Amino acid sequence: MTSLFLLQLLNGVQFGVLLFLIAAGLTLVFGIMDFVNLAHGVLYMVGAYLMAAFTMITGSFAAGLLLALAATLVFGLALEFLVFRRLYERSHLDQVLATFGLVMIVNEGVKILWGTAPLTVPMPTLLSGSIPLAGPLQYPVYRVAIIAAGLVTALGLWLVINHTRIGMLLRAGASHRSTVSALGVNVSRLFTLVFAVGAMLAGFAGAIISPILSVDTGMGESVLILAFVVIVIGGIGSIRGAFLGALLVGVVDTLGRSFGPILLRTIMDPAAASQTGRTLAPMVVYILMAAILFARPAGLFGRNTS
Amino acid sequence: MENRNELNTEQGKCDQMSVKSNLVASILAATVLAGAANAADDLKVGLMFTLSGPAATLGEQGRDGFLLALDQIGDLGGVPTEVIIVDDEQKPDVAANKARELVTRDEVDFVVGPTFSNIALAIHKPITDSGTILISPNAGPSPFAGADCHPNFYATSYQNDQMHEVMGAHAKKQGYDNVFLMAPNYQAGKDSLSGFKHSYDGGIAGEIYTQLGQLDFSAELAQIAAMQPDALFTFMPGGMGVNLVKQYRQAGLASIPFLSAFTVDESTLPAQQDAAVGFYSGANWTPDTDNEQSRAFVTAYEEKYGSVPGSYAMHGYDTALLLDAAVRAVGGDLEDRAGLRKALEAAEFQSLRGKFAFGPNHYPVQDFYLAEVVKRDDGKFQTSMVRKIFEDYQDNYASECVMPN
Repeated sequence: MTSLFLLQLLNGVQFGVLLFLIAAGLTLVFGIMDFVNLAHGVLYMVGAYLMAAFTMITGSFAAGLLLALAATLVFGLALEFLVFRRLYERSHLDQVLATFGLVMIVNEGVKILWGTAPLTVPMPTLLSGSIPLAGPLQYPVYRVAIIAAGLVTALGLWLVINHTRIGMLLRAGASHRSTVSALGVNVSRLFTLVFAVGAMLAGFAGAIISPILSVDTGMGESVLILAFVVIVIGGIGSIRGAFLGALLVGVVDTLGRSFGPILLRTIMDPAAASQTGRTLAPMVVYILMAAILFARPAGLFGRNTS
Repeated sequence: MENRNELNTEQGKCDQMSVKSNLVASILAATVLAGAANAADDLKVGLMFTLSGPAATLGEQGRDGFLLALDQIGDLGGVPTEVIIVDDEQKPDVAANKARELVTRDEVDFVVGPTFSNIALAIHKPITDSGTILISPNAGPSPFAGADCHPNFYATSYQNDQMHEVMGAHAKKQGYDNVFLMAPNYQAGKDSLSGFKHSYDGGIAGEIYTQLGQLDFSAELAQIAAMQPDALFTFMPGGMGVNLVKQYRQAGLASIPFLSAFTVDESTLPAQQDAAVGFYSGANWTPDTDNEQSRAFVTAYEEKYGSVPGSYAMHGYDTALLLDAAVRAVGGDLEDRAGLRKALEAAEFQSLRGKFAFGPNHYPVQDFYLAEVVKRDDGKFQTSMVRKIFEDYQDNYASECVMPN
């Protein structure tokens, strides 16, 4: 049981790391630019599709990943330049409508380009084995690699945000936007930069998960909701909050799904336990969010604006 | 050079103009004719499939199978045939509206569709009530096989439960006594597991219902690894199945037999590829079915569409053959509804499955097989027949059906 628990913990951390990569960009865009971007999940999907396309062309995982990262960065910049730039001054409702429309347009565009059948990205042979844990339990090397890549990215973001000038501007922008621009900082360029990096991180998440999940239209929407949960739990605008929130959501969701029914079985009969378990499991994350917001209305690391 | 180019474009414009005016003329003519002759002599078939969204591949196969047959036969039953293709978007409300349009505005004689059972439930009443005949080339919901059977409804595919029962019977025959069950938490998922248990009475290692649309199964796979069951039975259609199969192999579980329904088939194999080789599924036909007509169908389909046909395409093809035979039997007289129904029930056509017959509830009585995923010599993947599980198998609801005349 303990080794199963360890295994599920690893699964949860891996899921959390992935959520962090998506939520990091979302929380910065929402926190610093006060911009609600429903199309953030689309960047995750586009990253995965570009990864599939480039690995097919180059035949190499590493080259495909690099090209996909560069291409999502360009795609993000293009979106910012063509669409989002015009929406910053608008109300949240306009932003929601416009970005939701964008979700449909990009989904349909991807379908026209790549067809409706899901695509697949071959796993690099170097990372395709599994590590034996206790007994029959094994853990795929690739998932370990995802965890490592996510942690390295988180560390890099932490260094940039806490120890560079740009990071200082970002932190300042998140709490006192008008003051930052009054001090003569080119806010528009800062926004473009934030957006591009956020887009690339989401694209990175899509690209590295593509050997595990099928690349499919609509894959962005399923993670977007959880990404919003993550940034609300962590506190909007806080990278540290997004990191802890993502790990929390990943671990709680995974453990809730696997051990919830087992725990319930100790207090009720098996049939009722499995019925309650499968009803409760998808709710656990939202219950967690409600509980955290009850204790800390601005999230774990959010600043109270009032 | 330049002059010539200009000339060409001029000519091109002229061509376009004449095409346009021809089109206008023919539309006008068609409207006038339709008013006069009421198009009673022509055969109109409405095809309704799911052609957009994540499940579009299934609908496309059904449509392409039907159109391929039409291509080869020419006109169904010798009557000039018009086909109207609509996309139900996998939304019951959209489908019901489009079904009403097909029967009232387009006045089709037959509707062929849909792909999914929830759509079938939504379009059944508007179509059959109008006297139009509905033939399902995939969805086989239980209500219409039992108490709600209808003289204007036919299914050329199967009753949904049967595929799960095939796997249950296989598990029982193998002597498994510890099978792990997993399905998405919605009606079809629950039906799937109860269908499996209908013909399997051994022990059950665990029963998990996952969220519909779940894509990462790491938590569930860890539980399966910890329990080491004799086999896994699962029902994970579409993208869920693609992910489960890949992750199942990545987690090193491939030594545990993977029994499934609608999880590894020709619609998902292009994405699952090597990961699915050796995994099992229930089937009423596979692309390597050993008869001449089926071989010719697979060759023609692959040549035309560039992918391996699955049962979805086969059902579409068979449905066109069924219509052809029925219309021929009544001598093209589409007003003879009673005769048409009788001819459909007789099903005097050569199915790609070999033999084919309708039961009293207008669902097929047919053989079912255990199928295994194989890699072909040309690098493509398909399901391959392993052995027959059921002979002339009828669904469990047929006895509840009292077919009104």
